[in-house]
Formats: sequence, C-alpha cells, structure tokens
Amino acid sequence: MAEFRMPSLGADMEAGTLVEWLKRPGDRVKRGDVVAVVETQKGAIEVDIFEDGVIERWLVEPGTTVPVGTPLALIGGGPAAGRAPEIAAAATVPAPAAPPRPVKQPAVPLPLEPEHRARRPHASPAARRLATEREIALDTLTGSGPEGAILRADVERAATALALRPAAPKHLNLTEMRRAIAAAMARSKREIPHYYLSTTVDLTRALAWLEAANATRPPAARLLLAASLLKAVARALDQAPEFNGYFTAEGFKPGAGIHIGTAIAIRGGGLVAPAIHDADKLSLDEMMARLRNLVSRARSGALRSSELSDPTITVTNLGERGVETVFGVIYPPQVALVGFGMPVERPWAVGAEITARRVLTATLAADHRASDGHRGALFLADIDRRLQSPETL
Amino acid sequence: MTRDDMTAALIDELGRIAPEIDATGLDPHADLREELDIDSMDFLNLVTALGERLQIDIPEIDYPNLATFGHAVDYLAQRVGAVA
Repeated sequence: MAEFRMPSLGADMEAGTLVEWLKRPGDRVKRGDVVAVVETQKGAIEVDIFEDGVIERWLVEPGTTVPVGTPLALIGGGPAAGRAPEIAAAATVPAPAAPPRPVKQPAVPLPLEPEHRARRPHASPAARRLATEREIALDTLTGSGPEGAILRADVERAATALALRPAAPKHLNLTEMRRAIAAAMARSKREIPHYYLSTTVDLTRALAWLEAANATRPPAARLLLAASLLKAVARALDQAPEFNGYFTAEGFKPGAGIHIGTAIAIRGGGLVAPAIHDADKLSLDEMMARLRNLVSRARSGALRSSELSDPTITVTNLGERGVETVFGVIYPPQVALVGFGMPVERPWAVGAEITARRVLTATLAADHRASDGHRGALFLADIDRRLQSPETL
Repeated sequence: MTRDDMTAALIDELGRIAPEIDATGLDPHADLREELDIDSMDFLNLVTALGERLQIDIPEIDYPNLATFGHAVDYLAQRVGAVA
C-alpha cells in the first residue's frame, strides 16, 4: 500500500487545493496517468502518478486545501506507488527565513462548486476538458453517449449554442502567480551567489538550415529557432552535468535526467517554466512538438504536476521581439539558467571582411556554489558551437 | 468565399490567440505582433489555423505579407482567390 500525495510544484509551494478526482477507487492507474486536478498558485494543475497500481481509497475530498506532502489517496496492487516527485526532497532545503504562512483558500472560485462534484455527470475526458475551457457546467448538458455520457460533441454543440468564444483562462490566477514568482525569486536573490557570462552567437547557419527545412513543411510541422536553442542546451548539458540539477542541504545533486524548464510568458502577465523531460533524448521534431504542446497547455492552464516539479535547469528565450540580452535569476533549487535574447542584425567580422549577420546574445546565470566561471564559459561556448551545426541537433 | 469571409476568419483566429482583445477594433495598418503581443509560437499557430481553415498553403517566405491586419486580409483573399 502506498500513498499518492499532494506534490510540491516548486520550492515556494506550501499547499494546494484538490479540485477534482479524475480516477475512482478501483481504477487501475499506470505511471504518467493524470489522477487529480489541483489548484495552486500556478493555476489548475493536472497531477500525474509516478507508479502503477490500483486506487484503493480517496483520503481527501475535492475542495479541500492541504499542505504539500499530505496523502490524497491510497494506492495498492503496485510497488511503492505514489512516490512524491523527486524535487519534493530537494525543496525542503534551506527554507526561506519567513515563517510559514497559514494555508489560504485561493482567491478565485474553483471552476466547479464542490456540491456539483458529488454527483458528477458521466463525461469523456475530452468533453470535460472542453467544458472547463469554455466554462460550461457539465450538469447542464444532456449526454448523447452510452448511458447518457456527455461527449465532446455535446459540449461543442452547447458552446456553439451559447456563441461562446474561448475566454482568457480564468483558472490562472495571476495575482497568486505573481506571489509565487516573488517568493521564489526573493529566495534566489537571498541564497544563490549568481555569476553571469555572456557570448554572441552567429545565427547564420542555424537560421539558413531552419529556413530550408521549413520551406518544404506544412505549418503544423514547421520548426522554430526556440527548438534548436533548447536542443543545443540539452546536448551541451550532456558534457556539463554541474549545471543540471539541484542545490540541496548536502550540496549539489545532479539531476536524474535533463529536464529543461522552459520559461513561458502568460498573456496578461505571469510566467511558468514547466519541464520538457529528457530533452537530450528528443529529436528536433519531437522537441518542437513538445514545445508547441507545452506552450499551449501553459497558456490554457493545463500543466501537469510532473512538469512543474522537476525541471533541472531553466531556459528563457526572449524571442523575436524585445531586447538583446537577458540576465537570468536562477529558479531555486536549480543551479543555472540559460538566456537567449532577441536575434538582431549586427556587423560581424568574417576573416578580414565586415559583413551583416543575424546574431543572438546567449547568457548563463549560474550558482557559484555548484560551478565556476571557467566551466560555465566552456558550457556556454559549447552551446554556441552546437548551434553552428544545426543539422546535428 | 469573399473578402469579408477572410476578415471574419482572421478575427476569429486572432481571438483564439488573444481572447482579451477586441479584434474587430484593430488598426488595419498596425503591426499585428506588436498590437496583439503575439510571439513566434502564437504566429505559427495562427498560420497553421488559417491554412487549415481556408485550405491554403502559407509558406514561411510569405510571413511578411501577414504583418498587418489589412495586408493579411489582402494576402488571404489573394491566396484563396476570393471574390470582392
């Protein structure tokens, strides 16, 4: 028998509110299945389970706010299921000096009132998801599926009838998100002795390669520079493990894989940096597909707990508009942040000639407790070198 | 399809990306990316959605034609072969 617990989704999270169970007692679950939805400062998060088993019993009712680590359900029939994500241990290190805050209910109402959940109508996951997106209460619908189950098509019809347009994701509470960012960044500035390095990367080859690749692809299969940048970081990390992991009470602990936290801006303000897992093992196309999917889910407030709990490094990419250089603030307990500025045209010396080139400023903010500037410089230079062979990423 | 259909399709797809903005009130000459705070991922999603909806190919080399609302409607109408 094992326990499925309220996960820690970052060093700053103290508690979460169980919004909904997506599995029932008796259901068999396997690693990666989404079992529950939890409301946190980062919005409504789908919590996935880490091991196989069978749900024995719920321990917490929807609508309840509980501290991180509280058992939510009992899992049987599988070996040690429900293990809290790895970072939970790392997150208990150097706690901020501030006294623990009392657990508060989130300021926004939850998507559904608790009494509705008790007699939850049968609905397919796709229908449920769409209904949440469009803010349609499922119990107002008549299902056309087996035993009256509500199907996606039923929700679509209701959405059309109501002439609803997709609205800004209401379950992303930007005030709470700002509070979470403030807590994490204050801790970072208080505890992490940052050092900063910067280099200018010639993008000519990378952009020419992408242009040629995209010319024959439909939009759905096109690649963005962001995917190449993430792959270059993932590959360089293979040779620079001291930038990939956590700083704990016992010192630096390397990450179990290369899980790149990808900073994604939320419309209206706010930021999340969910992980792209095992980024070193993905092809460039897979990386692009993951990134596309992740950005879309981050903006609609449908991230998974495992994505928020275990990034081993963060990459922030300013994209095509904005400024040239970003000086990163490390997300504790991580030990490094790689930043990419806006690509710009600049005069560039090639041999004895001066020519106009598209270049980008790449920066590294790293934790001096875990590495030194010399290793940092090699790491950043390696990212540059890999971007000069874009076809190998 | 008519030019008005292009306008409606563009307003609808922009609304999916930037739901908080009233796309009907957009300045037809302003830069769409600036006006709507659209990043390269949003823009790629817009191109994908418009291509599928209107059954047209929008090559990357044509992206500059989608820079403003007015130009985008012109470009889409030309690609679709819309009647005035």
